[in-house]
Amino acid sequence: MTPLLKVEGLSKFYGQRIGCSNISFDLYAGEVMGIVGESGSGKSTLLNCLAGHLTPDTGAVRFDTRTDGLRDTVTMSEPERRMLSRTDWAFVHQHPRDGLRMNVSAGGNVGERLMAVGSRHYGQIREAATDWLGRVEINEDRIDDRPTAFSGGMQQRLQIARNLVTGPRLVFMDEPTGGLDVSVQARLLDLLRGLVREMGLSAIIVTHDLAVVRLLADRLMVMKDGHVVETGLTDQVLDDPQHAYSQLLVSSVLQV
Amino acid sequence: MTEYNFAYLDEQTKRMIRRAILKGLAIPGYQVPFASREMPMPYGWGTGGVQVSAAVLIPDDTFKVIDQGADDTTNAVSIRRFFEKTAGVAVTEATRQATVIQTRHRIPEEALTENQILVYQVPIPEPLRFLEPSEVETRKMHSLEEYGLMHVKLYEDISKHGAIATAYAYPVKVEGRYVMDPSPIPKFDNPKLEMAAIQIFGAGREQRIYALPPYTQVVSLDFDDYPFEASKADHACDVCGAEDSYLDELIVDDKGGRLFMCSDTDFCSSRRREGHVGAQGIPYGEDAA
Ligand SMILES: Nc1ncnc2c1ncn2[C@@H]1O[C@H](COP(=O)(O)OP(=O)(O)O)[C@@H](O)[C@H]1O
Ligand SMILES: [Mg+2]
Repeated sequence: MTPLLKVEGLSKFYGQRIGCSNISFDLYAGEVMGIVGESGSGKSTLLNCLAGHLTPDTGAVRFDTRTDGLRDTVTMSEPERRMLSRTDWAFVHQHPRDGLRMNVSAGGNVGERLMAVGSRHYGQIREAATDWLGRVEINEDRIDDRPTAFSGGMQQRLQIARNLVTGPRLVFMDEPTGGLDVSVQARLLDLLRGLVREMGLSAIIVTHDLAVVRLLADRLMVMKDGHVVETGLTDQVLDDPQHAYSQLLVSSVLQV
Repeated sequence: MTEYNFAYLDEQTKRMIRRAILKGLAIPGYQVPFASREMPMPYGWGTGGVQVSAAVLIPDDTFKVIDQGADDTTNAVSIRRFFEKTAGVAVTEATRQATVIQTRHRIPEEALTENQILVYQVPIPEPLRFLEPSEVETRKMHSLEEYGLMHVKLYEDISKHGAIATAYAYPVKVEGRYVMDPSPIPKFDNPKLEMAAIQIFGAGREQRIYALPPYTQVVSLDFDDYPFEASKADHACDVCGAEDSYLDELIVDDKGGRLFMCSDTDFCSSRRREGHVGAQGIPYGEDAA
């Protein structure tokens, strides 16, 4: 079986400093992979390289494209990469304002990706937006409100709806529960878990919160100082960590 | 009087502007950057249009300037005088007689011909600016034809107002490629953008020129279930009786009395000269306006 994403020897440096180094892994369709590690371990750098927001210094990121099979997204043309970004990929930012248009209504935010791929029927766009607001538990009477009028948790749910409305084949998430209160986090996690199951999402989720990956991820990659120190099934890594750093991480000695 | 080069600008500057115009004509709807010059008038007066006019005028031209359809506003009169002085060209108020027409906010009602050039004064050339403030990003969106955002704007319109409320500067797609802001003309004028004359758009402060060659396909953006409509006031001109012209609404007294009148003054007075009279028909020659 062809993996959905095949990462080989990926490295990114910021001058002399390591962002992430020599990362390789495969992700198969329907899998959710968690990337954990303390702050500064290179999780976001890696994710942004995978999603085409950063250009890695070495390595390949091969994505199973609909038409041509595995293609290296690092070397493909920018138009092709941007096309993937608005069709097959989705990116959920830690801060909703980085992933939303704050001066556009909730409905417009959800509808944008549909319009970007050619939807030209207002009624249908509106219907899809209404449906998706419901799925992320935002009351449909908020459809014409701007996200500025929403709480942090609602904004994050709106960002998720906006990303999932076109049924992306691969979702990148960077600390999706990061900036939220604990009680709000729990609700969002529940919602994400429901969506992942229901849609059979393939996703890569970066987080420093082990509760997030415990609930959402099939597999884990533990990062430290830009390197992957351990990989495995989520339960395996969390319940029986092999690497000394993973053991520290799991035993909550490292509270990040 | 100070000695100017013909049409004020020096020949080198005019050549630079002409190159931008030719590039604009070669890539219809594409915004060509150009090094806008200081003109002896404020930006709001259409220095972009003035520079384009200066670059295209030749001594044999007959020049007309309209502002909201009228030849007699301060802005129109000043620009007309400017080229009368600096280029010594003939000027006219008659659309048919003009070879170069500079306009702000209107397209003349009378169909233009292949022998004419229509020059627009443009305040904001970038149709994507409303939702995407970054110039780098908007240029990229144009080059990659990422125009979903234009429909987000129309979507917002419908969700707020129940219809596409954008009445001016209504965005269009040119030859199936570039999305273009037709400048703040009423959307009533949009269908006229497909015409026989050359159209050139100049934005002075923003330093952009773009153009439509004759008979270029220009399609107003819309939704399948909210199709574009070139709407105007549902009324005939009270002065000349025209039913198919764009109308201004005037308050004529303090009792709420209203009058609808062609915004294209040359069109209206031509009709009156031909004997047409509207509902509040003021016979030709008896009004002071
Ligand atoms: N834009 C940048 N310029 C320089 N160094 C950076 C930049 N972004 C991240 N880094 C460095 O790269 C390393 C990894 O950072 P990051 O990927 O943000 O980690 P994480 O997401 O795990 O917190 C850190 O040492 C960080 O300081
Ligand atoms: Mg990070």
